[in-house]
Amino acid sequence: MSGATWDDVEIGTTHTPFVDKPLTITDFVRYQGASGDMNPIHHDTEFAQSAGFPTPFAVGMLQAGVMATYVTDWLGAASVRRFKVQFREQAWPGDVITYEGTVTAKREVDGERLVDLELSATRQTGGTHLKGWATFSLD
Amino acid sequence: MSESLVGRQGAPFHMVVERGKIREFARATKSSNPDYLEGEHPLSPVTFLSVAGFWQDESNSPWGDAGTRNYERILHGEQEFAFFGQPPRAGAVLTGVSRIDRVYEKAGRRGGSMQFTETVTEFRDEAGQLVAESRTTVIETGQAPAGDAS
Repeated sequence: MSGATWDDVEIGTTHTPFVDKPLTITDFVRYQGASGDMNPIHHDTEFAQSAGFPTPFAVGMLQAGVMATYVTDWLGAASVRRFKVQFREQAWPGDVITYEGTVTAKREVDGERLVDLELSATRQTGGTHLKGWATFSLD
Repeated sequence: MSESLVGRQGAPFHMVVERGKIREFARATKSSNPDYLEGEHPLSPVTFLSVAGFWQDESNSPWGDAGTRNYERILHGEQEFAFFGQPPRAGAVLTGVSRIDRVYEKAGRRGGSMQFTETVTEFRDEAGQLVAESRTTVIETGQAPAGDAS
């Protein structure tokens, strides 16, 4: 198991931001196949346009998954206890999403050492695509 | 949708946490973490329980015949996963039950009201122990959505 330990983080500790490659419809299709959510609004241009959108738009749960990848690479895949995202503005093919995380609390509950975080996924425009919150149990 | 749906639940469903599915999901979410990709019983990724739909049919949905939802006006607002210990590993056989947990209204930013519905799926292991919970918040707007959410 890998990941930071309790002593490695303090309130206010941030993790190096992850700037992902520009989003592609191939990314969306790959995630949709993996997850089983085949909503055509994320890959079928004609369908998206008939619904009033200029192009297909990103699957929010894909970026949620990448946010989870970002934070588990930092604090460990086995240590996660809670992860929540709120979907804000849509993301689009070509968008460059930056993932960031900050420790907001360290607390001990029944002998378990818990670290709370705030996370974000931000578009190149500065607009917030996702807000996230997570709790990890660290040794 | 209405508050009378609170407490409704779907029939239980079984879900096998599969190693190949974990690998596919980890790759799709741009992970190269060996904890997801190596060994006989890798951990499942944080948002992996999203794949539960592959193991469910209509009978497992808490909506039942309350099929009056207007999908053009429904947004995925929030998604949460809680784990009561480490996330499930490949090989685990989980039993899931979905229920409608909360229904409430809020004023929309552009006027009108938005109805929020929170659906919870509890996942138990073969010993009956609660191992994970997935909470989905959907928002039904008074008008077709113009730009928020996924």
